[in-house]
Amino acid sequence: MSITVKDVQHVAKLARLQLSPEEEATFTEQMNAILQYAEKLNELDTENVEPTTHVLQVSNVMRDDVVKESLTQEEALLNAPEHEEGHFKVPAVLE
Amino acid sequence: MSKYETVIGLEVHVELHTKSKIFCGCSTEFGAPPNTHTCPVCLGHPGVLPVLNRQAVEYAMKAAMALNCTIGDVSKFDRKNYFYPDSPKAYQISQFDQPIGLNGWIDIEVNGETKRIGITRLHLEEDAGKLTHVDGGFASLVDFNRVGTPLIEIVSEPDLRSPEEARAYLEKIRAIMQYCDVSDVKMEEGSMRCDANISLRPAGQEEFGIRAELKNMNSFRGVLRGLEYEQFRQGEILDDGGIVVQETRRWDEAGGKTLSMRGKEEAHDYRYFPDPDLIVLHIGEDWKEAIRSTIPELPDARQARYSEEFGLTAYDAGVLTSSKPLADFFEGSLAFTQDAKAVANWMMGDLLGYLNSNNLELSQVKITPQGLGEMIGLIAGGTISSKIAKTVFKEMLESGKLPAVIVEEKGLVQISDEGAIKKIVQEVVAANPQSVEDYKAGKKQAIGFLVGQVMKASKGKANPGLVNTLLAEVLNS
Repeated sequence: MSITVKDVQHVAKLARLQLSPEEEATFTEQMNAILQYAEKLNELDTENVEPTTHVLQVSNVMRDDVVKESLTQEEALLNAPEHEEGHFKVPAVLE
Repeated sequence: MSKYETVIGLEVHVELHTKSKIFCGCSTEFGAPPNTHTCPVCLGHPGVLPVLNRQAVEYAMKAAMALNCTIGDVSKFDRKNYFYPDSPKAYQISQFDQPIGLNGWIDIEVNGETKRIGITRLHLEEDAGKLTHVDGGFASLVDFNRVGTPLIEIVSEPDLRSPEEARAYLEKIRAIMQYCDVSDVKMEEGSMRCDANISLRPAGQEEFGIRAELKNMNSFRGVLRGLEYEQFRQGEILDDGGIVVQETRRWDEAGGKTLSMRGKEEAHDYRYFPDPDLIVLHIGEDWKEAIRSTIPELPDARQARYSEEFGLTAYDAGVLTSSKPLADFFEGSLAFTQDAKAVANWMMGDLLGYLNSNNLELSQVKITPQGLGEMIGLIAGGTISSKIAKTVFKEMLESGKLPAVIVEEKGLVQISDEGAIKKIVQEVVAANPQSVEDYKAGKKQAIGFLVGQVMKASKGKANPGLVNTLLAEVLNS
């Protein structure tokens, strides 16, 4: 097990977080503690247990293919910090 | 012969043509003003709940079955995490380890040989928004109308061995989706999209070479050309003793080459996890059977039937069944004529020739199955000659009028009146003494010239059989 500073930096980068060296150290310690705690679960024998993805005992909840009213363009853009010609405007991100 | 063997696997995205989006009731209609088909769910506002569109699931099941996939008894949705402005939630709802379909296959035909291509999986997911780059590349405009349009992603095994096979595979996938009526499958409009993984390995080697992922091939021709270019590029690198870099490359249609997309220092790490907002799907036998019963006759079966029932060659039957509109047109014509071979010949020759040389779809020309069927009847009945039929056919392509109307309007009825033809024959004979002399001197081919002159004088309307008979009569008298 055991999380290294490198793992924390990787996850921070994926989540677009900027961490100070102190924070990296703190999170490394805390994440290790969390994982050690979760490690206890490995003591259980789950050989024939199906993975639980949901705790609800329901399945197949679906809707019919019916079109409902959408927001207006003005409403959709209300929270946009910037917009132009009916579009959200964002800084360019090159893939 | 070649030093290297090419290995290709394709990932094909197909937009399902549901009326509403996969997780909300916004319309999927194409071409609306930007950001007019959005709601808090597809905009990824906090606290909203996606609810799955049953029709999208059923289309995906139908498509998976048509591709010979096994349908999972349990299927679930997962979040694929990434940051890019085309995704308002910073994740895409997709399927990771329990997709709708697994382990399918389709047969393709290249150079007369049939080959089975494996399909690893088929899963359901939501489409992303559309970006337009502005301000000299420093800003992007985002339209979220397309976000949440249901997609299926079809992943092939690395079974394809040439760009031609990749193209044949893609065309077969399109045909099957079209037959199943789950999508418009138009590459040019983006309702069908294709990414490819391609690598080369020394002939005879078991292990795969290092692959490049190819994106942005927006047409069948683009896929073929992009893969051909990449095959060439990788071959050159290997010839020089170099190593292919594993990377994503973009097909540049205008430049006719592939370009490395900005390098990523880190490999993709999507951190998939089950979407807590969406409940597991249990797909029981009853549901599977109900969907299975809606699958129509598919291209391969239809091709075999055309050969068997109508005596068409495998090639003709293959071309006619390669797209559903074409096959439907063929069968539609048979309601108006018994002569299936004639229908096939006109479609393979004049119809496809016209469509291909003008880069048109069948839906863009006006000719109807009834028009073609009736025209073949007019030829068989002697009303028009095959030659005049070419003119009628062209007119039908452009105006959509029925052949009898065109023949009437343009006065194209074949002249089968012996007296009228004989008069022309006599005129032609009188005007061409040299040819007549040649004929009488034993140059039998001179009659061909005279026949041509009679046809010309009658503006192509004289019954060719009668012309031959009458001409021989006059010359030999």
